[in-house]
Amino acid sequence: MLKWFQRVGRRGFLHMEAGFNAVFGPRLNPLYHLGALTFLFFWVVIASGIYLYIFFETSIEGAYDSVEYLTYEQWYLGGIMRSLHRYASDAMVLTMMLHLLREFTLDRYRGFRWFSWITGVPLIWLVFASGINGYWLVWDKLAQYVAVTTAEWIDWLPLFNEPMARNFLNEAAISSRFFSLLQFLHIGIPLFLLLLSWVHIKRISRPRVNPPRGLMVGTLASLVVLSLLAPAVSQGRANLDQVASVIQLDWFYLAVYPLFDIWSYGGVWILLGGITLLLALMPWLPRRHPEPVAVVDLDNCNGCGRCFADCPFGAVVMQPRTDSQPFAQEALVAADLCASCGICVGACPTASPFRRTSDLVPGVDLPQLTIREIREKTLAAAAKLSGDDRVIVYGCDFGADLGRLEERGVAVLALPCIAALPPSFLDFVITRKHVDGVFLTGCREGDCYYRLGIEWTQERIGGKRDPYLRKRVPRERIDMFWAGPDRSNQLAQKLDEFRGKLRELGPYTKPRSSHPEGDSRWNDKGVRNVTDRME
Amino acid sequence: MTYGGVYNAKWLRYIAQAALYGLFIAVLGYFSVSPAYVHLPPDQALIKLSFSHPGQPKGGCRERTDEELARLPPNMRIRVVCPRERSPVFIELEMDGRLLYRDTLIPSGLSRDGTSTVYRRFPVAAGRHHLRARLRDDVQVEGFNYVREADITLKPAQVFVVDFNAKSGGFIFK
Repeated sequence: MLKWFQRVGRRGFLHMEAGFNAVFGPRLNPLYHLGALTFLFFWVVIASGIYLYIFFETSIEGAYDSVEYLTYEQWYLGGIMRSLHRYASDAMVLTMMLHLLREFTLDRYRGFRWFSWITGVPLIWLVFASGINGYWLVWDKLAQYVAVTTAEWIDWLPLFNEPMARNFLNEAAISSRFFSLLQFLHIGIPLFLLLLSWVHIKRISRPRVNPPRGLMVGTLASLVVLSLLAPAVSQGRANLDQVASVIQLDWFYLAVYPLFDIWSYGGVWILLGGITLLLALMPWLPRRHPEPVAVVDLDNCNGCGRCFADCPFGAVVMQPRTDSQPFAQEALVAADLCASCGICVGACPTASPFRRTSDLVPGVDLPQLTIREIREKTLAAAAKLSGDDRVIVYGCDFGADLGRLEERGVAVLALPCIAALPPSFLDFVITRKHVDGVFLTGCREGDCYYRLGIEWTQERIGGKRDPYLRKRVPRERIDMFWAGPDRSNQLAQKLDEFRGKLRELGPYTKPRSSHPEGDSRWNDKGVRNVTDRME
Repeated sequence: MTYGGVYNAKWLRYIAQAALYGLFIAVLGYFSVSPAYVHLPPDQALIKLSFSHPGQPKGGCRERTDEELARLPPNMRIRVVCPRERSPVFIELEMDGRLLYRDTLIPSGLSRDGTSTVYRRFPVAAGRHHLRARLRDDVQVEGFNYVREADITLKPAQVFVVDFNAKSGGFIFK
């Protein structure tokens, strides 16, 4: 059942993402930044909330009047701030739920990701609690409805001796002290939300908490436009002697409220509690079969820290040397954090296929696909190729089906992640003339399953990240296309174009000069020039 | 790298982006206040029955014998002793001869010595009605020891509260 939902959802997201990629490009695709957008909306809510707080009065009479003052008399700033506060809160729910749905459909919630998933579950409750609590403060008819209904709902639980809803029996029952409590909650819950958000991303290395500038500007501008076009307004002063019969609900926060009129309060508790429990248990329904984690070989580890720098999940730590080798540090893999992506192996300078003097055992390696096996498979696959357009395609387990490419007469090798391939392999297969060119593919750009694989690969080849691809490797013999799982046809087309180019280039010949030129062409690929640092 | 040749023109992409941002704020703006929800039909009013009331002690007080007192520590030697447990409160609410609510409200607390509380809401048709509330808070009493009835006229959307306070004489209709 879950798998069926995942399949359908994944297909839907892939289509939507393709559309957004066409419009925004992969760097600014909002669907690749749902978590960061949620953070952005949270900052907007906090900033606008601080401004509103300055003018807000915590009393029955004062609350509504102060909000009305902000809305009408100070519409040019206070009114916009109120609208931003409202719409950013709504947008927060929207992006948060999409983020949850997307991570689920793309199977990014089990295994090493369980911690981020499980800490996200209470965040949902806190976001809703903050928003619903905020609606009470306005003390209009919507606030009245929300206050009475929420109190009745909470009263279903055996928490209080006297029903909380008795505070809202009629106008005489409510006191201004109640607003002080509400305001305290409206500051306290978001603070707790902020703290838990930090915990939520704690296990991720280089978390993207800010969307790219272009997306940020566009999003903020659209919120301001909405605030001007449709300012948030109150729905008339609350009057507990009269029922708020017809309410303009905020469906982002209050979609569940109509259920209270259909079901019992207990039924809604069971529904929401059940959903929460299901979400909390999902990482183990079923549990992902754990892959063997990366293994450090201290005899080959010089403690350079590149694996530590590149690990997307903070699974590699550097610690003082425990053996007699003359290095200060050594790498250590935290098994419970390791995603088995192999990005650390791709970063290890000892994972070089050129090594001859010793057995090919790098400082860090994946037991399920060692560097030695990658070398052997590469050589075996390349040996079967012939002609003047011999290409080896390196892909990943989450990209396009490489089997279909193999039928087109190229060598293919699937890796856990494209960044598990050390750049020296490209040097090796091209300069040793095992192939005429190398084609790299994998997840969609901006949406690497292991977060940073594409970015690191591009930077390594572009000379921006250690280990660099050596300058002597002719860049025109390397191409890449981040196809993802659904763009096999375009991938095949790109590959054909690349092979055509290789035929025009002819066989690889070793350059006479030790400092070949021509790297400027690499810019056409969207990858930066190789820098002098590579030397 | 380009995605979809049709969007190669920069301005066309900007227009498409503006359209998607427009869609985003349209969704936000619409579902932020729409569609309106009818919580209570326009021809209805609401009766709320709610009170928190401690029932009478379940049994009578008695005097301890001298022997019983002697067995107690000096600081606990109090002659008159009363049971902690309170009577459950029995409540009935009728409108126009039709039973709206009837329940036995158990006192709170592990020793059942707290208050009996109730909070119930009844949507009813607006207009003129005859309301009768009856309550018994003592197990030693037959029938009801508090009764109030009245003809009331409810306006649409009006909240009519049936409260109870023994010190104020029993039921409060407001």
